[in-house]
Amino acid sequence: MSLIATLARLEAVSTGRAQPAATVRHRHLSARPLVLVPLTTAGEAGAPLGALVGDDRDAPRLLVVPQPRDRDLRFAFLAELADVVLPFIDSYADTVEAAERSETDPETGKRVKVEVELCADAPQLIVPSRAGLDFVRLLGRSMRFRRTAEQDPETPYPAPPRVPLLGRWFTHYGERARVPGSALLLALTDVLSRHWATGQSTLEDQHLGALLAWIDPPDGESGAEAAMRAELARDAQGQLLWPPAGPATDPAFDNKLLAPAIEKYDRARTALAAAEDGESADDRLGELTAAEREIRALVESRTRPTWDAVWRGLDLLGTLPEGAHAADRWTRDRWSFTGHRDRVVAGEPPQPRRDDAVTAANKLATREREQARLEAQEALDDPLVMAGRRLSGEAFAGEVTDVVMAYSEGKRPSPRPLVTVRTDDRPQLGERVKVYRSLGGKPQAAEFVGHEDSPGTDGSSIVVLRVVDKMGRGKEPEAGSVPERGDLVCFTLFEHEQRGGAKLPDADQTPWTHGGPPGEEAAPALPAADPVTEEDVL
Amino acid sequence: MNTAHTQQAAVFDPGAAAGRTTDAILHDTLHGTHRGVVVDSPPGAGKSTLVVRAALELAEAGRPLMVIAQTNAQVDDLVVRLAEKNPELPVGRLHSSDSDPYDKALDELTNVRKSAKAAELAGLDVVISTAAKWAHVKVDEPWRHAIVDEAYQMRSDALLAVAGLFERALFVGDPGQLDPFSIVGAEQWAGLSYDPSASAVTTLLAHNPELPQHRLPVSWRLPASAAPLVSAAFYPYTPFRSGTGHGDRKLAFAVPSDGSGPDRVLDEAAESGWGLLELPARHTPRTDPEAVRAVAMVVRRMLDRGGAATSERGPEPTPLTADRIAVGTAHRDQAAAVRAALAELGVADVTVDTANRLQGREFDVTVVLHPLSGRPDATAFHLETGRLCVLASRHRHACVVVCRAGVTDLLDDHPSTEPVQLGVTVKFPDGWEANHAVLSHLAEHRVAWRP
Repeated sequence: MSLIATLARLEAVSTGRAQPAATVRHRHLSARPLVLVPLTTAGEAGAPLGALVGDDRDAPRLLVVPQPRDRDLRFAFLAELADVVLPFIDSYADTVEAAERSETDPETGKRVKVEVELCADAPQLIVPSRAGLDFVRLLGRSMRFRRTAEQDPETPYPAPPRVPLLGRWFTHYGERARVPGSALLLALTDVLSRHWATGQSTLEDQHLGALLAWIDPPDGESGAEAAMRAELARDAQGQLLWPPAGPATDPAFDNKLLAPAIEKYDRARTALAAAEDGESADDRLGELTAAEREIRALVESRTRPTWDAVWRGLDLLGTLPEGAHAADRWTRDRWSFTGHRDRVVAGEPPQPRRDDAVTAANKLATREREQARLEAQEALDDPLVMAGRRLSGEAFAGEVTDVVMAYSEGKRPSPRPLVTVRTDDRPQLGERVKVYRSLGGKPQAAEFVGHEDSPGTDGSSIVVLRVVDKMGRGKEPEAGSVPERGDLVCFTLFEHEQRGGAKLPDADQTPWTHGGPPGEEAAPALPAADPVTEEDVL
Repeated sequence: MNTAHTQQAAVFDPGAAAGRTTDAILHDTLHGTHRGVVVDSPPGAGKSTLVVRAALELAEAGRPLMVIAQTNAQVDDLVVRLAEKNPELPVGRLHSSDSDPYDKALDELTNVRKSAKAAELAGLDVVISTAAKWAHVKVDEPWRHAIVDEAYQMRSDALLAVAGLFERALFVGDPGQLDPFSIVGAEQWAGLSYDPSASAVTTLLAHNPELPQHRLPVSWRLPASAAPLVSAAFYPYTPFRSGTGHGDRKLAFAVPSDGSGPDRVLDEAAESGWGLLELPARHTPRTDPEAVRAVAMVVRRMLDRGGAATSERGPEPTPLTADRIAVGTAHRDQAAAVRAALAELGVADVTVDTANRLQGREFDVTVVLHPLSGRPDATAFHLETGRLCVLASRHRHACVVVCRAGVTDLLDDHPSTEPVQLGVTVKFPDGWEANHAVLSHLAEHRVAWRP
């Protein structure tokens, strides 16, 4: 944790309120995001219990699996989920703008510009917490390889028509969420704790209720008390007043309320199946419906508080103006969305079970580049973030006290003015370290020349820099390209823009060091199941 | 006496043992049938010497050779060493198009051609560059042979980018040093044989387990006082020896001790090769002002007291000057704080850097700010085996560790809790174990000090 984050947390403890960690919003928020509050069944990985989903805060759609172990009911749930999510995604797929992209011409091998479509906006998906992100990935993985009856008439348990497609989109969103700074799929607790520092641990920050209690405590109550209540307060029946954001549920809820309700449902279903005549079947159907309605009410009672909390959190984030570079990053999200839309339309197969060597290396390189870019952009967009970098010696701000014109040696001397800056910061400047400042949105580089003895005793230091670029081609620097005496400047020791990495070989050119091109042996159709042992049969 | 000496030599002659290994490596490289040869080298075991010798022999055999190193400093160093050994050899230094891309010393070497374009270096016997630069090179015809230096510090994805450039390669590196890292999570690929965040050698051997692997058996850098500890703590299954004996190296100070903590710890280190200057237990910020000042004081006194180092390199003691001393830290801000403290005491030219940047360097005496000093927690970063290994294995004579008391308890309070990843070879020893081993040894050379 950086020093400024520690200070902010200490301040949050002493004031009883979360402290701002940012002055602008560093993630794009859609005007109409799709919120998904999923619940899962305890002890059954990948068995959803239900969800609230929708883009209208007043009218969420409640989806419930009354018996989560029943494969048919689970498919019905996923099909319903697809009916909500896919039309939402499709509604963004058709509004496009023209854009250019450079591609390698297959015939000449040269980079050429091609006209392509770029979706004008992209659908944004919000889940309450980081565990929700993992759940989206899990659902994606469990759905994308399913076969529908139409794809394969022989398949033993055909999936409803649009379920595999939902799996592919969830997989895409889950992978995209791993790219730093992306906003296609956001976990609200992550975004909130990026913008506010609370007086609790980062682990506790993953509890949405507690996090909101610190950020926006009720009148007359401190954040710490409110957070404690949000985590622990229970009603007379022993149920949590603020259920966890999921997808895991509270054990007290599972044991005391859910298990009996599911049991009742199972009994009603068995009874209906055993009904001998129409009249008793009608009665028993009534019982079954009542049992199902009870489970639906239970699931709604656990998801609705989280649903409301998510929208409240979004409102809080909405009070911050969007950071200047957030739109940039959102554009890359739109490219990502458009790219996957095109792959789906082109009939490409679902994402493979595992990345091959080249894909994995490319993804890692992209994410590292985006991480560095995000850190730089957040600092440039937000003086509070920059303050943290200044405090850690990675940037410094100050006043220009002197500018001396100088020129480079060589046939065509270029301007290399020496700029003296007085700063109260303590940058970690070493010999010939490069520093950068933002000049009209573009980085201008300078070289550290040395320290001058400071005249004052106020702890400030005098830094001499040599500006080395962005001054035009002439002998005299272009107007406004060199700082002037009295200017307030801020230089960073980190670069503002990231260079693209080297191009990796194509997957079919994977070298021998990495196992060669992925062939049949590298991608077995399905790993064989473990053999059944005695311990498997109790 | 003569007989006794011969007998001892028959038991272990470091020079001969190292020679045999080197011959075997060169044989596999030049005449072997495998596409790759892997060489593990403990600290100071003559890795660079081996790389230079292999490069010269490959060039002599008429095989066009590319050399891949990890940093520009390593590349420049190799070029200089090659030119020293054989000034006639045509060497190409492929560099980036940034300003000041290579060491100016290369301009004085007549047979070294420098260029930012690989095509301009075509046909030279040896072409050297960093992995990052090689990744941008495209060739129609791959090189017959490559040498990959510091292969354990190279990431798997970096090897993926350059492996298409060569047919066969010699991979040389130190498995005990810092593993490569990524600034974003890569758990998603943990357990895959080609995990892009793993080291190049891990991936190479996962796919080519039949490749011959060699190990250099002798550390020429570490003194007899340090090799057993470093070997036992960081290379428990692949032990190595020091090339020199206990009496071969000596560190002495002209000015006697004034009885202060720094002076006493210096005497202890001069005597035994190790010294632990222990400050009172306390939780501190990373740039612990007292510990930083203690580090600076130790360096200042070392210079003031007129240190002299005698070694197997010559009969006369050489003065212990600032350029033969290094300070190692875990974090960059700690290094910056130490530099500032040294400047305040009027000390210049002492190398102060983080473990990452000290890799591959060698000094007479090192002063180390212990990575866990003053911390309330022991994170994976601070426990990393390689970090401590680098810091504890840079010296030819002595190593002084400055640390707050209580690290042993801290370790006991923080057992390793990293999640176990399926399919990932567990690295042994883990940092927890190695830290305990080093601390228990250092405890025998402890000097308590109140600033």
